[in-house]
Amino acid sequence: MPWNRKHLLDLESLSKAEIVEILDTAASFKEVSGRSVKKVPALRGKVVVNLFFEDSTRTSNSFSLAAKRLSADVMSFSSKGSSVSKGETLIDTAKNIEAMGVDAFVIRHYAPGAPHLLARHTDCSVVNAGDGSHEHPTQGLLDIFTIREKLGKVEGKTVAILGDIRHSRVARSNAHGLRKLGARVILAGPPTLVPPAIGKALGVEVSHDIDAVVEQADALNCLRIQFERKAGRFFPGVREYAAIYGLDDERMKRAKPEAIIMHPGPINRGIELTPELADGKRSVILQQVSNGLAVRMAVLYLCLGARGN
Amino acid sequence: MSTLVLKNGRVFDPSRKLDKVADVVIDIKAGTIANIARNANAPKDAEVIDCKGLVVCPGFLDIHVHFREPGFTSKESIATGAAAAVHGGFTTVVTMPNTDPPLDNSSSIAYQYLQADKAGKARVYPMGCVTKERKGEELAELGMLARAGAVGFTDDGAAVGSSFLMRSALEYASALGKVVVQHCEDHDLSNGAVIHEGKVSAALGINGYPSAAEEVIVARDIRLAKLAGARFHVQHISAKGSVALVREAKRRGVRVTAEVAPHHLLLTDDACRDFDAHYKMNPPLREASDIEACLQGLRDGTIDCLASDHAPHTSEEKSQEFIHAPNGVIGLETNIGVLLAKLVATKKLPLKRFVEAWTGAAAKVLDLPFAGLKPGAVADITILDLGLLWTVDPERFKSKARNCPFNGWKLKGAPVYTIVGGKVFEAIGRTMQAAAQPKKAKKQARAAKKR
Repeated sequence: MPWNRKHLLDLESLSKAEIVEILDTAASFKEVSGRSVKKVPALRGKVVVNLFFEDSTRTSNSFSLAAKRLSADVMSFSSKGSSVSKGETLIDTAKNIEAMGVDAFVIRHYAPGAPHLLARHTDCSVVNAGDGSHEHPTQGLLDIFTIREKLGKVEGKTVAILGDIRHSRVARSNAHGLRKLGARVILAGPPTLVPPAIGKALGVEVSHDIDAVVEQADALNCLRIQFERKAGRFFPGVREYAAIYGLDDERMKRAKPEAIIMHPGPINRGIELTPELADGKRSVILQQVSNGLAVRMAVLYLCLGARGN
Repeated sequence: MSTLVLKNGRVFDPSRKLDKVADVVIDIKAGTIANIARNANAPKDAEVIDCKGLVVCPGFLDIHVHFREPGFTSKESIATGAAAAVHGGFTTVVTMPNTDPPLDNSSSIAYQYLQADKAGKARVYPMGCVTKERKGEELAELGMLARAGAVGFTDDGAAVGSSFLMRSALEYASALGKVVVQHCEDHDLSNGAVIHEGKVSAALGINGYPSAAEEVIVARDIRLAKLAGARFHVQHISAKGSVALVREAKRRGVRVTAEVAPHHLLLTDDACRDFDAHYKMNPPLREASDIEACLQGLRDGTIDCLASDHAPHTSEEKSQEFIHAPNGVIGLETNIGVLLAKLVATKKLPLKRFVEAWTGAAAKVLDLPFAGLKPGAVADITILDLGLLWTVDPERFKSKARNCPFNGWKLKGAPVYTIVGGKVFEAIGRTMQAAAQPKKAKKQARAAKKR
């Protein structure tokens, strides 16, 4: 039993054994969602705070529900309408909430490294729910969980991550996690959004030829073009992107018959992925969301040390 | 007591090809060196500092510091900055004009001189802005600034982006006998980035600042300096490509000079991996190959001098999210120690070049007064103890700020005295020795008890 961490800040610093332990723990929690009473008492009396400095639908709700299914109390904070708009710093905000007696912060922040900063200044557990373009470890874990579930294993499989890699925390977490579990990872998209340095930095392959990548992949993880991070400056336009780099039926004819299509959401339908494919039989996009709940239960359970109780 | 004798030190001044054990006799009242000789005659009541085993150098100059006054005195004031300077072994500093209001007018320059005078520590020479309000739109009153005592012109923190304006500045300053000093950054290309563009920026998901953003402006301004027939100085050089450009320009006879900061010789962007803003500055920490090129440039004279870019910020400011924390690290009180330990003691940089780069060569870049160690010269002197063992502890600094990237480094070698015009200040080496004393005494007491 290798897990003795208080925080989950990124997948880069986790070992293979730690990742596998989260996945295995998540598998056992997945069963809870199928029960009529969807709740276990593992974190009864604990308080989990969602600290969201950036918009989120899936992740914040998924973490809230995960904490509730473990019987924890959940508090939600969003920077809008809070003292942050009065100029309060991240550390002051967190320390004030901590003073109310809480056990874990789930933090989403636009600044890379904000969870790491928070972890240096708090006694609570810190779970990174996405920090800028750096990492989104629970999304990486739920993607890997889904690949393991659908393809039987991760080792030896080829996973292509397509699109706006430059701005993607999902790509970084996936690359670290998948590589540690022995998958072959290819990051693919236009050179401006998939700079070669990123392949070197993450120790994975880079390609700018989508057709060639589609042919080799067992799983195709399509990423959203992050227009809110001004991704539009890096390519000529949406129409061109869809034509040259988007995933559509025509391109998918080259794919392996059993290859699956993934997307972390929200989808720009018709840009990186056609609606037909997003809703088609290769798509595992909604299973990703379901699995996210189990993975986040596992992460909260392990980080809050509930196993030892 | 009007005489001070620095007894039996190794008198070391590369500008005068001086390296011999001798006494330096100082006329305190005149603030000048009276004599340099073995067993020099001195009055009986002369004050004596035993310098046996110490290195007596001309006063060190740091030609790139930020003292934040007026405008940001919670970070540093001229008084605390000047105290940090002499504590760090520096007799003279050159302050940058990015204060609030910026030093773009003669009364602001006069104000800095006034505050420095009141402080009565290191000599402080302000630099004026190149453009009004540092906006890069129209030239500041360079002639009036020079008349008020500005020793050069820079918009440091930002580059003069307009090629037309930069050419004008070079031509105009040239007639005043002053140098235009450039923070070389193509702001359009660096695009607000706060970390070197490379593996680390890619892994952290932080926008990178490519070396090319520095090199483009170095290359442009070398050509503009040639066109204007003027002198031009590259601040805080950080990229290997920039070093190559300066080397080639010097070979062609273009009048370009350059400085490098200790952190750019000792740290790489790997230091940023934990998102600690104490390693965030502009230009950013780059790669091992850049360090190698900067070091080579410093050794062969392509890079003329060392300068710290001492940039104080409050602890609150530096403990923000990495992308929000302000750029800059302090250096005045670690400059000498870190380089003596990591470059001079390891034979990567000869002591002679090290001293020259902080003294004569630094003064020459801006034509600052410098006479070296000779009878009659102003008694500006820095005394080093090359063997002193100490650990960097920002709590011991005289600077108001604590944003030091070398916290906890174990070093060998430190400045022990700084003498400005005959006035003696204890430097950080002495502070650390004194701090270590009580411990030693306690240890001895314990040992005695056991016995």
